[in-house]
Amino acid sequence: MGFVPSVIKRYANPLDLMHFGIMGMNQRNVSYIGRYNQRRLYPLVDNKLLTKRMAIEYGVNSPYLVGTVENQHDIDNILSIIGDKQEFCIKPAQGSGGKGILVVTGRQGDSFIKGSGQSINMHDLRRHLSNILAGLFSLGGKQDIALIEDLIHFDHVFDGYSYEGVPDTRVIVFKGFPVMCMMRLSTKASDGKANLHQGAVGVGICIRTGKAVRAVQHNDPIEFHPDTNKDLFKLRVPHWDEVLTLAASCYNMSGLGYIGTDIVLDEDRGPMLLELNARPGLAIQTANNAGLVPRLRLIEALPRRLSLNVAERVAFAKEHFGVYAQ
Amino acid sequence: MVSRGVFYIVTAILFITGLLLMIYQHITFEIPFFPGEQRQVWSVEAKVEFEPSGSSATVDLALPAIQPGFTQLSQSTASIGFGTSYVLKQQNSYVEWTKRNPLGLQTLYYRAEFLRDSHAEASSMTIPELKQNTEPEPYATAMREIADAAQLRSSTPFSFTVQVIDELKRQPETASFLLSQYKREDLIIHILEIAQIPARIVGVLDLEDGRRNRTLTSRIAVFDGTHYEIFDPSSGVSGIRENQLIWNNHDGSLLDVQGGTNARVSFSIIQSSVPTAQAGSLKVKAAQASGEDVVSLSIASLPLEEQSLFKGILLLPVGVIIVVFLRVIIGVKTSGTFMPVLIAMAFLQTSLIVGLIGFVSIVAIGLIVRSWLSHLNLLLVARISAVIITVIAIIGAISIITYKIGLTEGIKVTFFPMIILSWTIERMSILWEEEGYKEVLKQGGGSLFVAVCAFIAMDSLTIQHLTFNFLGLQLIILSLVLLMGNYTGFRLSELKRFKPLSDKIKVERNGDETELEADRLRRELRELKARQPAQKPRDYLKNDK
Repeated sequence: MGFVPSVIKRYANPLDLMHFGIMGMNQRNVSYIGRYNQRRLYPLVDNKLLTKRMAIEYGVNSPYLVGTVENQHDIDNILSIIGDKQEFCIKPAQGSGGKGILVVTGRQGDSFIKGSGQSINMHDLRRHLSNILAGLFSLGGKQDIALIEDLIHFDHVFDGYSYEGVPDTRVIVFKGFPVMCMMRLSTKASDGKANLHQGAVGVGICIRTGKAVRAVQHNDPIEFHPDTNKDLFKLRVPHWDEVLTLAASCYNMSGLGYIGTDIVLDEDRGPMLLELNARPGLAIQTANNAGLVPRLRLIEALPRRLSLNVAERVAFAKEHFGVYAQ
Repeated sequence: MVSRGVFYIVTAILFITGLLLMIYQHITFEIPFFPGEQRQVWSVEAKVEFEPSGSSATVDLALPAIQPGFTQLSQSTASIGFGTSYVLKQQNSYVEWTKRNPLGLQTLYYRAEFLRDSHAEASSMTIPELKQNTEPEPYATAMREIADAAQLRSSTPFSFTVQVIDELKRQPETASFLLSQYKREDLIIHILEIAQIPARIVGVLDLEDGRRNRTLTSRIAVFDGTHYEIFDPSSGVSGIRENQLIWNNHDGSLLDVQGGTNARVSFSIIQSSVPTAQAGSLKVKAAQASGEDVVSLSIASLPLEEQSLFKGILLLPVGVIIVVFLRVIIGVKTSGTFMPVLIAMAFLQTSLIVGLIGFVSIVAIGLIVRSWLSHLNLLLVARISAVIITVIAIIGAISIITYKIGLTEGIKVTFFPMIILSWTIERMSILWEEEGYKEVLKQGGGSLFVAVCAFIAMDSLTIQHLTFNFLGLQLIILSLVLLMGNYTGFRLSELKRFKPLSDKIKVERNGDETELEADRLRRELRELKARQPAQKPRDYLKNDK
């Protein structure tokens, strides 16, 4: 085989990609993010405290906010903020990529037990808070605020589907319609993180049923979780209607037309909004073995006068974007 | 949101305006689109600054010498409120500025254009008068010692001069004794007086494109009859290079200011090229009395100092459009959006190989230092500051080391934008911690690739010629950038990224699907649109079932 044909073989035919409706980065930026997301609304999703306040205002289920630490001198009051809570989680409001999140799962006298089992004392806790406020974990080193939230107890249906980290559900919501969904399962290779390009497993989820469509790791289809050997095709997200409703209602609250919503399932409180993303990635298409564009086009074709409520939007999405009959 | 139509019209107007401007300049001013065979034209601008101290000021600046190798095409002056005249003082040409009651710092400009011309033979150099050496003792004796030693080893005035310069090196004690009293070039003239060789100090300007704030360097002209040669007083090298212009070739002073203090003169130089055919007509024009400048839409009408600035600035859009193309259409990942362009600008100063080696070594050493800094848990601003200082230290070290081992090219690493490099190191270091070294290599390599592409484009003589002479090109570049900003198609890198997905979709249906989802949704879209819009939008939806 000649050199030129073998090189061409490594590239997809752009006409095929267009036929399948696969969305590229430029199209996402120009036609969706640029057109439907207003710049002034970005802080609402980039700052977790603003997202949280908005969620409380709109009654969107999210982890309880125990308190915030906004100034260095508030750090001395940390014990009165925590009270006698045994479990909690501290995060920077503008952190990126999961940096600076401290999970405390128990207390022994003056010391706190971290999620990893390690024990830290009051001094370590204060220093961590001080680092958050000084901007050690935020983009560009901006001064930040520390959030203290209730710990999430993951639903046991996902036991074994994730190695260490949090199994979360990413739903792309376009103009309030849930469009495409995947679960992101962390692996040993991804170091407990849920980013697909770092080696996490992406499982496409059928919008109609919440059942797994297919699973990919590093662009390759897989059937079993590489670390726990769980059958990924048996995965079915429980409380599926609630998940979709939660995701769809994020449009009403944020006003952003094209967002990624990260949802976790709590054992007691059901689906909860973890965070919003105004620039959701494209890997979700690979996990679903389908392009985003035809789904988005269908929604764009709806008459502008048509204003639907959350339940109607979810119903429309389930009718058109499902993969399994039932 | 601006509608698409308006956008395309604006883009088209920009493009056409740019094109028309270029054609207009091409036709009216006969600027060729391609640089063809070129003759060098050097524009030199002398800038005189002084603080007036009296009720009137008279400023005399020596005019450039007539010399073999250069033909002066034109000269002009710019000075607000000054009277200007060209005068002869002791047979030497000067430009004289005069003004009554000057206030505040005064700036005067004199500008001349020289055509590099191998046929030019004329020279305004005169043979200096022979003087007797009347220096006081003990200096005279020391000078005689040097002269005697040089006399023994030489045969002609020129070899004598070389030997004098050599002898000053050979006898460091005598030399340093004399040099404590005399400037080197004065000293050599005095020693030549002993041997009764006519000589004089001339002021020479090194012509380098885009240089500002230059001063004259001293050379020694030694005469043998009517023939003369130029010597470098410190190295003894004889002759004059192609790009050295003798400015001051007489015994008179370069600058005389009456009624002013703190006077200084500095030179800006810029090179342009004219086609051989045009060079001839320019020479003819120069012979005619120089009239007013024709109003031309070119930056050639700006003062030279600004022109040389613009020469670099106008190249930037070329680099920028390459970045836009490589990022939007090809999908190359770079660290920092326009960092590669700035690196490419630095490459223009350093030459490609030196630049590449310098860049890679600075970033590599910087990353090592930065990885140590990250253990200290510093705050961002302090950390970047530390990296900046480290980068400066690395650049300093590279300059010194390469200079010591004889690679003068190495000094040019100082052209690198240090703050940008520090941010690059910071960003790459974070990337390393978060995504691993592969991503760092990918983005670092991408940045270098873009920088090299931008360098190749900006280094091209044709492109330099076009950007400098045709301002309309900037509008065309702007319109192309706008167009690319609107490109929603795939990047080349995405064709590779989505190749497995595309292959998979071709052969596999999802779940219970029997037809391709994209086809089904397209059909549903058509059905949705075909339906007559109902009175109530909600009914419109219900018909769906």
